[in-house]
Amino acid sequence: MQEKLMHADTSALDLVLSADPALMEIVRLSLLVSLGAVVAAAVIGFPLGAVIALTRYPGREASIVVLNALMGLPPVVVGLAVYLLLSRSGPLGTWGLLFTPAAMVIAQTILVTPIIAALARQTIEDLWTEYREELAAMNVGPIGRVATLLWDARFSLLTALLAGFGRAAAEVGAVIIVGGNIDGFTRTMTTAIALETSKGDLPLAIGLGMVLIAIVIIVNALAWGVRRAGERLAG
Amino acid sequence: MTMRAPDSDLPIVLEDVRYGVRDLIIIDGMSLMLTPGAPTVLIGPNGSGKTTLLRLMMGLIEPTSGRVTWGGRTHVPPARRAIVFQRPVMLRRSVAANIHYALAAAGIGRHQHAERARDLLEQAGLSALAERPARRLSGGEQQRLALARGLARDPQVLFLDEPTASLDPAATKAIEDVVRAVSARGIKVVMSTHDLGEARRLAGDIVFIHRGRVIESAPAAEFFAHPKTDDARRFVAGELLV
Repeated sequence: MQEKLMHADTSALDLVLSADPALMEIVRLSLLVSLGAVVAAAVIGFPLGAVIALTRYPGREASIVVLNALMGLPPVVVGLAVYLLLSRSGPLGTWGLLFTPAAMVIAQTILVTPIIAALARQTIEDLWTEYREELAAMNVGPIGRVATLLWDARFSLLTALLAGFGRAAAEVGAVIIVGGNIDGFTRTMTTAIALETSKGDLPLAIGLGMVLIAIVIIVNALAWGVRRAGERLAG
Repeated sequence: MTMRAPDSDLPIVLEDVRYGVRDLIIIDGMSLMLTPGAPTVLIGPNGSGKTTLLRLMMGLIEPTSGRVTWGGRTHVPPARRAIVFQRPVMLRRSVAANIHYALAAAGIGRHQHAERARDLLEQAGLSALAERPARRLSGGEQQRLALARGLARDPQVLFLDEPTASLDPAATKAIEDVVRAVSARGIKVVMSTHDLGEARRLAGDIVFIHRGRVIESAPAAEFFAHPKTDDARRFVAGELLV
């Protein structure tokens, strides 16, 4: 067993270092799906967060609690819900999206949107509390106010994006259900690791695990760098 | 289209203005008229209502009852008025970008920005710090930047809320010099302070307020030489009014 693991380690490293085409294809698809989900979640989440931060309506407090709670949505439950929506007999079954990368993007978008919206809401609301009177005194109109808040919160908002990406890249439950882990089509790093480990093909699983951890470290390093740059440039 | 001078925000008139938050009465029936001329300085103990009075005159809050008029009109947006808060908020941008922002907010055309920003920075003594993040400035520098930002809209009236509170003498002098220069250019300065020395140095008129009421309003020389009320006499003598 010991020997087998040692052997798995070295072959895993070989796979990564030699940029094995099968491994690279899995990495490429994973990144595309997660990036697509983050872009879609940003398009929905930033305006949603801004609206909740800047408007007053009945039930606002409750909606903030729900939004914050949704940050911890279990991926498998989201996967199940999207599966039911997109399955042949489901309401969106005619779209024929189940077991495609598009379905995976949809599921991950649902996972990531609350993270981006909730973090944006908190950031924008804090900044608004601070800026409100000063902007009123400068006679800045509603559109100008939103633009100012978004721009001055840009570093924190970028951090929210990276947090969302980290969540999407690392989750397995949603993509495995709606993507189906089809080789060369919907197989991502996380689903491949789950499958290869259960099959006993440890080199590929370990190789993908190394790449995934490297990506998570890079994303966190970026988040750190963004924060530092923000402190330096904006104070 | 006929050419005419833009409507003036002066005089600013308060007619029996009251302002309260729930049960707390902050301004308790003030009538006051501010006309063009030398700086009007609001003095009075902490909590007397100076800041609230400035916010009412700036138009940031509405009186609970009574009314405020600017040049005879009500609800005039603060296009020709500017305020420097006691703790001004620095936008998360460079010093120069803070000025550019104020110029844009005032609707001043882009082609004028560079030149105007240079003048304003120079006036505030911040030229050397133009590229610094505004939030990294010292307290006195932040006050001067807020002043420059206020002046960006070329206001008719400039409100200052205790602009030198907690500044050292050098920083205080820098602010007071700007205030004098601004006033000499014909901008009406209305400022609050609880520093009587500063009131003596800068004021044309004094408005002495206590517990949300105007106790005395008079030309500065007259006020300090012959305060009419007992409260004012005690305040000028440096006694503690509570």
